[in-house]
Amino acid sequence: MSRTRRAATAAAAGLSLALLAGCSGGSDEGGGTNADGSVTLDMWVFAELHATYYEQMAEAWNEENPDRTIDLQVTVYPYDDMHNKLQLAVNSGTGLPDVVDIEVNKFSSFVLGENPPLADLGEAAEPYIDDIVQARLDLYSRDGVIYGYPTHVGAFVAFYNTTLLEEAGVDYTTIETWQDFQEAGATYHDETGSAFGVASTGTNFLEPLIISQLGGNLFADDGTVAVNNPEAVETLELLQGMQEAGAISTIPGGSPDTEEAYGAINNGDYAAVVYPAWYTSRFVDYMPDLEGDVAIAPAPVVEGAEVATIGGGGTGTAVPAASPDRELAADWLAFAKLSPEANVAVWELLGFDPVNMDVWQDEAVTHAEDNQFNQYFQTNLFDVLNQYQGEIGHFEGFTNPDWPSIDNTFTTVTLNEIFENGVPAEQALEQAQSDLRNELGQ
Amino acid sequence: MKKMLYSQRLAPYFFIAPFVITLLGFWMLPLGRSIIMSAQEVLYGDATFIGADNYQRLVRDRVFWKSLFNSIRYMVLTLMLLIPVPMFLAAIINTRIGSPRIKNFVKASLFVPALTSVVVAGIIFRLMFAETGSGLMNQVIGFFGHGPVRWLRQDIPGLVALLALAMWRYTGVNVMYFIAGMQAIPEDYYEAASIDGASKIQQFFRITVPNLKPTLVYVTTISVYGGLAMFLESFMLYAGNNSPNNQGLTLVGYLYRKGIQENDLGFASAVGVVLLVLIMTINITHLTLTGTFKKEESR
Repeated sequence: MSRTRRAATAAAAGLSLALLAGCSGGSDEGGGTNADGSVTLDMWVFAELHATYYEQMAEAWNEENPDRTIDLQVTVYPYDDMHNKLQLAVNSGTGLPDVVDIEVNKFSSFVLGENPPLADLGEAAEPYIDDIVQARLDLYSRDGVIYGYPTHVGAFVAFYNTTLLEEAGVDYTTIETWQDFQEAGATYHDETGSAFGVASTGTNFLEPLIISQLGGNLFADDGTVAVNNPEAVETLELLQGMQEAGAISTIPGGSPDTEEAYGAINNGDYAAVVYPAWYTSRFVDYMPDLEGDVAIAPAPVVEGAEVATIGGGGTGTAVPAASPDRELAADWLAFAKLSPEANVAVWELLGFDPVNMDVWQDEAVTHAEDNQFNQYFQTNLFDVLNQYQGEIGHFEGFTNPDWPSIDNTFTTVTLNEIFENGVPAEQALEQAQSDLRNELGQ
Repeated sequence: MKKMLYSQRLAPYFFIAPFVITLLGFWMLPLGRSIIMSAQEVLYGDATFIGADNYQRLVRDRVFWKSLFNSIRYMVLTLMLLIPVPMFLAAIINTRIGSPRIKNFVKASLFVPALTSVVVAGIIFRLMFAETGSGLMNQVIGFFGHGPVRWLRQDIPGLVALLALAMWRYTGVNVMYFIAGMQAIPEDYYEAASIDGASKIQQFFRITVPNLKPTLVYVTTISVYGGLAMFLESFMLYAGNNSPNNQGLTLVGYLYRKGIQENDLGFASAVGVVLLVLIMTINITHLTLTGTFKKEESR
């Protein structure tokens, strides 16, 4: 073999080795401590703001626990990418982070079967558990085991653009029931010709709220899907009636939580949004023109409602069971999400309604004048939330393993059929029921 | 060792070995696994055999038929657009009229979209086709006196947006194929034809098109596959896999939703097997009819 050829062979061999090495990945599977005694925890999140928040909580933890310091490495991925990456990681069992944010509608996929890939977080939660809204822990628990910690309550409230309402002669403080909402909306629509509330086709949020107020569910008692039950039909007929009366209209982008919708609301095209409390952050971040115009009020209810409001949306933060540092990760996570100081930060930094109810009563925190959320809104979020006196309901359906399928069918087909194509609510729900039964093999 | 490396008899096998190994390791093995998994329920490493259950659910699922319809519709329409139009453009570029510098510029600018990432292009197209009045496409339409179209929220306008993206992106690639094919046609044919008094149009249909047959067969084959396997364009245009009434959901999108988003890998494998059978049926029929499998002499 000539020298050039030998060199070429060596180069080729080296290249193939390098390629193979590239496949194995370089993550530290063993855990272990760093030179400064801290333990590296990898964390995946899907919202930029959450990363800032967790980094702040890691610093606070390190100050309080100098003997158990952590080196938190947060990676922000886009929403779908992160969940899909996590799905592949738990299925293959490699490349998992130590801590991960999982959105509530995706959570059920990760706690399926006999051996969910997430660690039991019950023990780490013990010191704080009494002050936490139980319904929110239930959301991320299965068979009594806590697999994730909540970020916020997400209680439904109503946001009204008072400047627009005053021009049309509508007083939002008189709106208590959905009937009132419909009448106010119809009046507003007749006066101004523009839309009042939002008929969302891309998120399935108002539906669980009203179904819960009626005391219903989207599942039968045995856990099988029942989306065409009387309460569900009543709810969608109520919403469809409101749409016909002009009180709610579809919105660009399909739901209030999209870029196109922020523009439309900021523009004054919509005057009322009934959405979970975390929508405060969307106003402050994406609708600067409405500063000082928006009032927060309790969400409308049905006559004789079973519950006044429920938590909607959410992010459960979990620790994969395969993480070598799962105990430390769980302890830090409990501190970062359930402790009083963490909950103050949740409000101050993210503008969410924290899960620790003690914070709701702390006027120094909730009514702080330099708080950007208090400066933006006419009314204080906690004045509204405290009217519920801790009675935040829980929509049972959220914890059903088949919830993601219902959510998907509703947001792609059913709600479009009802609000865009005018299909009668009952007929659309019958169709959804038969599609879902087939899809789930029930 | 040395003898083996220099053996005349073995050399061809060495040369095709990388392809065969790739085919076996990265195509046949996953394919076999998919077929096995399509008869299983797969959950975090545990697989249970459930027979044809996945296929039965598949046949009964309306969303599957919807996605199949979307994919086939998209494939047929892209075939109808992305073969005649690039062929016509290629014929113009290939004529002797016009300055070569301008033609090179046109050729290059047609090809540039193929080099951009679908992800970036999808985002830009989504913004262009925004449903608000300030979106670019709605401004164009408004200029001609029409009201804003809710592009991505209605079936046909959404399809138009998707086809616009496909046209923009793949016209250049197909033009290149056709130019290459046309340049292989001997000049003598055209010379003889023009002496016999054939017009340019007659020359195009009697000489260019028949001589382009191998290129046409190739472009059609990859377009059938590309059309049926389309996923990323729709995924980016609709900012995810969910679109109103699943109007943008393709077969691969459905597979992705089931397997990755809903963690039902067994079911998703069944979708993959159906897609494979579909593409193979269309393409093998097409290739047999056009005589690609016949021996060189009998063609």
